[in-house]
Amino acid sequence: MIIPRLALQSLWSRRITAMLTVFAIAVSVMLFLGVEKVRTGARASFANTISGTDLIIGARTGAIQLLLYSVFRIGNATNNITWTSYSEIVKRPEIAWAVPLSLGDSHRGFRVLGTTGDYFKHYRFRRHQALTFTSGKPFGDLFDAVLGADVASALGYKPGDRIIIAHGAGAVSFMRHDDKPFFVSGILAKTGTPIDRTVHVSLEAIEAIHVDWRGGARIPGVSIGAEEVRRVALKPRAVTAALIGLKSKLAIFKLQRFINEYRHEPLLAILPGVALQELWQLVGQAEIALGAVSAMVVLTALIGMVTMILSTLNERRREMAILRSVGAGPGTILGLLLSEALLLTIGGVVFGCLALYATLFAIRGYIDAEFGLYLAVDPPSMREWGTLLIIVFGGLIAGLLPALRAYRLSLADGMLVRN
Amino acid sequence: MIVPEHVPVSPLAAASPKRPPLAAFSEVSYAWPRAEGFSLRVEDFAISQYEKLLLVGPSGSGKSTFLSLLCGIVQPQAGRISVLEQDVSEMSGAKRDRFRAEHFGIIFQLFNLLPYGSVLDNVLLPLSFANLRRARAGEAGSPESEARRLMSRLGLDDEIQRRRSASDLSVGQQQRVAAARALIGRPEIIVADEPTSALDRDRQTAFLDLLFEEVEEAGATLIMVSHDQTLAAGFDRMLNLSEVAFNSEARRR
Repeated sequence: MIIPRLALQSLWSRRITAMLTVFAIAVSVMLFLGVEKVRTGARASFANTISGTDLIIGARTGAIQLLLYSVFRIGNATNNITWTSYSEIVKRPEIAWAVPLSLGDSHRGFRVLGTTGDYFKHYRFRRHQALTFTSGKPFGDLFDAVLGADVASALGYKPGDRIIIAHGAGAVSFMRHDDKPFFVSGILAKTGTPIDRTVHVSLEAIEAIHVDWRGGARIPGVSIGAEEVRRVALKPRAVTAALIGLKSKLAIFKLQRFINEYRHEPLLAILPGVALQELWQLVGQAEIALGAVSAMVVLTALIGMVTMILSTLNERRREMAILRSVGAGPGTILGLLLSEALLLTIGGVVFGCLALYATLFAIRGYIDAEFGLYLAVDPPSMREWGTLLIIVFGGLIAGLLPALRAYRLSLADGMLVRN
Repeated sequence: MIVPEHVPVSPLAAASPKRPPLAAFSEVSYAWPRAEGFSLRVEDFAISQYEKLLLVGPSGSGKSTFLSLLCGIVQPQAGRISVLEQDVSEMSGAKRDRFRAEHFGIIFQLFNLLPYGSVLDNVLLPLSFANLRRARAGEAGSPESEARRLMSRLGLDDEIQRRRSASDLSVGQQQRVAAARALIGRPEIIVADEPTSALDRDRQTAFLDLLFEEVEEAGATLIMVSHDQTLAAGFDRMLNLSEVAFNSEARRR
């Protein structure tokens, strides 16, 4: 085993350049796989957010937009559904359950969602998982609030705490519903979806805090207190969107057409899965561009490796002459250089994967908290293994360039090196 | 045919004068593959078994090309080279490489060793390519013990033999390690390409004396090339390359 040992020692004698090469490959592999992880993570995260809902309805807008603001809390609704239309639609016999959603307020940067107790009963995420409470219970009183896991952990709330809801969806709000404080009644278990960053209150409560407001501002001179408001009839005027479950999947398209052609108001009904597909088609181009850029980075790293090996060839002609003199064929020289390229590439791939997983592990919490993107730290998928294999193969192909050059040099030089 | 100029010292060679030459060139011509390449023509050359031959010639006379042909590193465009009664010039490249590994031990002028390898690995290196030599080296124990025995005989002490890296040896020590590498497993032919040119006169003599002793002990044949005719003492024969070979230098100038 002298030859492999000497090959390793040869590489070790050039360890600084070799390590830099491995490092460059590792960084490129990390980037390439990282982009892939974020991409699949984002897709999985989106796909896992909603499950078991057959239709989402809202005011007429784009399908993607409705999906984004109703489920993912991204962007804002341009219009609402009147309560009259909503009540009429949900009376239809094919509907098993309907959960109204009312958005537009926030609490310290977290969106406030007005809904009904049915939300906790019917909402499903990640393969039909139901929402569960880590503490407390769904709202019972008018001013009860149920917090998502991230809201509670970020702000350090526990059941019984008093919170003030602000008007509008911004992180900093100058208009606060401070006359009608809420109390935390329950905290939901972590879901890895936007629900974690949502404050849930009842639809009536949304109505109550806006009872003395008109057109986005308080009515001057009118003030109805928190106790007073309980005596007012709190019938919602409108909802932002609604999630609907059907008794039979067969009725989906019929109901969708009914809603889309609803005569009293322009409405839109979407199938969440279909809208999600449209979204992927939209971002697919960006994904391809991102993938192409990271593939280029891998290519650059491999070119760097070839450059490194090529640049050492001249000083290694003596080494090759010695090997030739003791009986190594030019094929052995070729093999030595190819295995060097292979070793550097595999080293880079392994190191890059380790670094990627370490990084994923380290920043997962931050990414989740900051962007609501739950990155699963799974072993590489078949697709990723395939990618890694292609990179290793690419390294081998790239290694052919210096190896063939060394082969020709060792044939031409023989035992003598004419520098 | 070039006949040895004086009676060979080796008693075995003397005992069988009709023995075929160990290596012979006839009508060999070779040109390096580059356009401005050097070319060499050897009409007739032979060396007998156990002979110690000093081949002299000035720089650029084709000594290295001659050795490359002899060792089968390059294949002549015309003519025949036979070594140990085998036609080397007809062998495939891979076969010539194996043949060289088994039957030749080669010492260069300088930089004989892989600087990153240990001293012991440098000596054992040829055995990776030569099964017969590996078997012979292991006869009296292990190839490692044989390598150590050879190095000790060549005056390399234990401390040097155990060096992790061959790069910090002196030139004289490097040449002796290279000699041990050439001799291990007792190949039939030891080829030395100006092995002493980087040594001072005292060390040259000391090195050559050790080399002669070990070559005789191993029953090998020695061909050494040099530009220095004063080294002839101790060799059985000295031959000027210009007597047997013609090169293209004159034409190029």
